[in-house]
Amino acid sequence: MEELSVRQLAQGLAHRQFSSVELTRHFLARMQAHRHLNAFITEMGEQAVRQARLADQRIRSGDHGPLTGIPLAHKDIFCMQDGKTTCGSKMLDNFIAPYDATVVQKLEQAGCVVLGKTNMDEFAMGSSSENSFYGPVRNPWNSDCVPGGSSGGSAVAVAARMAPLATGTDTGGSIRQPAAFCGITGLKPTYGRVSRYGMVAYASSLDQAGPFGKSALDCAYLLQAMSGFDDRDSTCMDEPVPVYPRKLDRSLRGKVVGIPDEYFSEGLDPEVRVFMERAIAWAEKEGCIIENIRLPNTDLAIPAYYVIAMAECSSNLSRYDGVRFGYRCREPKNLHDLYHRSRSEAFGAEVKRRIMIGTYALSTGYYDAYYRKAQQIRRLISEDFNKAFQDVDYILGPTTPEPAFRIGEKVDDPVTMYLSDIYTISVNLAGIPAVSIPCGIHKGLPVGMQLIGNHFEEDKLLNFAHQYQQATDWHTRCPPGFE
Amino acid sequence: MTAKWEAVIGLEIHVQLATRSKIFSAASTAFGAEPNTQACAVDLGLPGVLPVLNSEAVRMAAMFGLAVNAKIAKRSVFARKNYFYPDLPKGYQISQYELPIVEHGQLEVVSDGGGRKIVGITRAHLEEDAGKSLHEEFSDQTGIDLNRAGTPLIEIVSEPDMRSAKEAVSYMKKIHSIVRHLEISDGNMQEGSFRCDANVSVRPAGQEALGTRTEIKNLNSFRFVERAIEFEIKRQIRVLEDGREVVQETRLYDAGEDETRPMRSKEEADDYRYFPDPDLLPVVIRSEVIEDIKRQLPELPAEKASRFRLEYGLNEQDAEILAMNKEVAEYFEQTVRKTSADTRRVANWVTGELNAALSVDNLDITSSPVTSDMLAGLLTRIEDGTISGKIAKEIFRSMWAGEGEADSIIESKGLRQITDTLEIELLVDQVLLDNPVQVGQFKSGKDKVFGFFVGQVMKLSKGKANPQQVNSLLRKKLQ
Repeated sequence: MEELSVRQLAQGLAHRQFSSVELTRHFLARMQAHRHLNAFITEMGEQAVRQARLADQRIRSGDHGPLTGIPLAHKDIFCMQDGKTTCGSKMLDNFIAPYDATVVQKLEQAGCVVLGKTNMDEFAMGSSSENSFYGPVRNPWNSDCVPGGSSGGSAVAVAARMAPLATGTDTGGSIRQPAAFCGITGLKPTYGRVSRYGMVAYASSLDQAGPFGKSALDCAYLLQAMSGFDDRDSTCMDEPVPVYPRKLDRSLRGKVVGIPDEYFSEGLDPEVRVFMERAIAWAEKEGCIIENIRLPNTDLAIPAYYVIAMAECSSNLSRYDGVRFGYRCREPKNLHDLYHRSRSEAFGAEVKRRIMIGTYALSTGYYDAYYRKAQQIRRLISEDFNKAFQDVDYILGPTTPEPAFRIGEKVDDPVTMYLSDIYTISVNLAGIPAVSIPCGIHKGLPVGMQLIGNHFEEDKLLNFAHQYQQATDWHTRCPPGFE
Repeated sequence: MTAKWEAVIGLEIHVQLATRSKIFSAASTAFGAEPNTQACAVDLGLPGVLPVLNSEAVRMAAMFGLAVNAKIAKRSVFARKNYFYPDLPKGYQISQYELPIVEHGQLEVVSDGGGRKIVGITRAHLEEDAGKSLHEEFSDQTGIDLNRAGTPLIEIVSEPDMRSAKEAVSYMKKIHSIVRHLEISDGNMQEGSFRCDANVSVRPAGQEALGTRTEIKNLNSFRFVERAIEFEIKRQIRVLEDGREVVQETRLYDAGEDETRPMRSKEEADDYRYFPDPDLLPVVIRSEVIEDIKRQLPELPAEKASRFRLEYGLNEQDAEILAMNKEVAEYFEQTVRKTSADTRRVANWVTGELNAALSVDNLDITSSPVTSDMLAGLLTRIEDGTISGKIAKEIFRSMWAGEGEADSIIESKGLRQITDTLEIELLVDQVLLDNPVQVGQFKSGKDKVFGFFVGQVMKLSKGKANPQQVNSLLRKKLQ
């Protein structure tokens, strides 16, 4: 059952081959069997079965859509009234939101069954899912390796077949990089495509929710249900939502694929390069026109990203002060002590590091040198992409310079850790969509390629990815031992 | 103040806007509810929630800007002002910093010498109010009430153009009058809807450079503004004359002791780390919208005052007093509409008798026991000669005490003016007969005695005799 696509699952449910309760119990059992991967912070078995019963009723009464009765996992960054929302932090270990995130609400309306909340880097800060109060997440392809981050738990849930679908969020690569490390498909939509309401903020101008699935088609179904205007998020755009699953069968003939020099420079693993070249050759065979392009400001993306993201997070995380909700230190002596100890005791090292750097970057005397400069760079990077998209339909390259690294390997070297996001970060700064799809396996670890599109061209990205997945079988590979 | 020193004053006025819901959430802004019953997830700063701008607040800020001839920014930007405080739920206040919605306004105020002067308005920006810390009700603890958190404010920042406490109060009253006329704030100072910080410095007269300033926080009455500034000017002069230096600091005014005291020193000033709020888009106002708001602006105090001069023939002072307060102006015009009495008489009664009675009983004109209908009825009776002005004042007091309308009081108390010439003649004859000595004095050329006769006749008539008729009859009889 776990190898079926979302479309096959929906057909199975519609034709009463199995019920949503059976489907849900099947995935709950897999979830429990693979607890060693530490993919979930909260398992929601009881609620899930209850939701599945409701979904079965809806299916019986004919009131159902393509996702009714399909189980999924939510990254524990989305607020839900059911159960706690921790964001991977001790700070929110006791937090139960009095509201549902818009994404949660929309998927509930679509009839999805929530299996649980997935593990993640604390407050989405990290590229390895090691920075969690609940311990590191393990990669099912090699449990000594990281699954990527920050949405590592969600990627693992799908890769290890514990859930057919999962939600994630991507601020600098947090969907695409774990998708690449875990051999699944993950899409970061255009900024403003999916509502951020009820999604715990890391860096507000970059955060965007998106889908994980085994295939582009599966992602298309989930994206369809997540997207759309929400008047509770001022940055959410009132753009029509295409019926994504119906946009995937178009031919790629004549499409122009840009290959940026900057994404194939020295840092790239030679084996990863080989898989990229094969993917490019496939595209050419499909009738695509391949063009070398330049994205000259790529090397500025990482410093600009870290200034902006850390500045925003230093402010976004001020609300965790021990006063109204969340962790509070024992017996504070006075107000300052309450702030100081609550925050010192409940935030992890990476979160503290980013708050401090961000606070510094916004301070009087440094604002112009850091924050304002970073915003200027952000505009330059945006212009690079605008210029490129005048000539090309897609930009193609690796998602990451190398496959998954080992747990603990980069924990003490934040700069190297930050560099693993080198190909994904520019996309967030420009606010454009990108998808990561599996395109190879190297030494038992998946390799991902990233396809970048222009604003609101998720349908085009999914179209390309789907065509590629019709011709290849990388996306059907399951980590050994999880079949 | 000694002539060798000059005070320099600038005000920052915080005005709560009269929107029904908060600036970034749908929670109610009503005052006085149980603590924390009017704060939703957005106001509480819970994780993941987002602000959505209330367009009504933007419209109101633009109205204010237009009313003080300011420039309305086509594009303004909300920024975060970061600091930790328990009644600031998010750890930052959403405000405007580099690009405020209103800039470069001006306002004419009454200067010290009684003349006019222009006070510049540097800017007015939109922001959210914080909650309240409640220190009194809890021993050893502080309570937090977040009902006020997220209430829309405009902060109006003046140029340091004022030179005395009186000028500052005149400016503040003008701003108060404008926001009340625009109906963008209830202006209630007790409830904190209208409050002010004053920046005060002192320099030797004739010196260009500004002295070191202090900021007096949270003044919530016109009287406190005046006294706090006066105290602060004297204090700074004393410091300077003692050869010491004024310390740049924030001070609080203690009304009980009538003095200002240091609150915290600016040397340990917070760095607010302002940056544009990524949760909110820039506020873009199209020029058609600004034009539209301009067309819909109600009449403002200055325009109203000049209309009152033209339309009702009032002098400048009366026109301005009546136009300053929206409700007073409405009361005046309603009264004028309902009576044939001379408009200047109406103005005198509203600014005189009525105003005095209101202030004795500490009442607002909207809750006056004498309505504009009642006052009009009274003034009509003076105009048509039914009663004299003197009797009218007596009737006014009866109306104030709730004894009914003018006509019924005139009837029940028999206060109708005596206009029957024969009746008055009888009274005149009686007075002349009773006072032969004074008659003699008058005849020997002592004209002043005439007033005595008038007084006696009026007294005899219990004030009801028509004074003009009394006058002319006395003249005739004494010839």
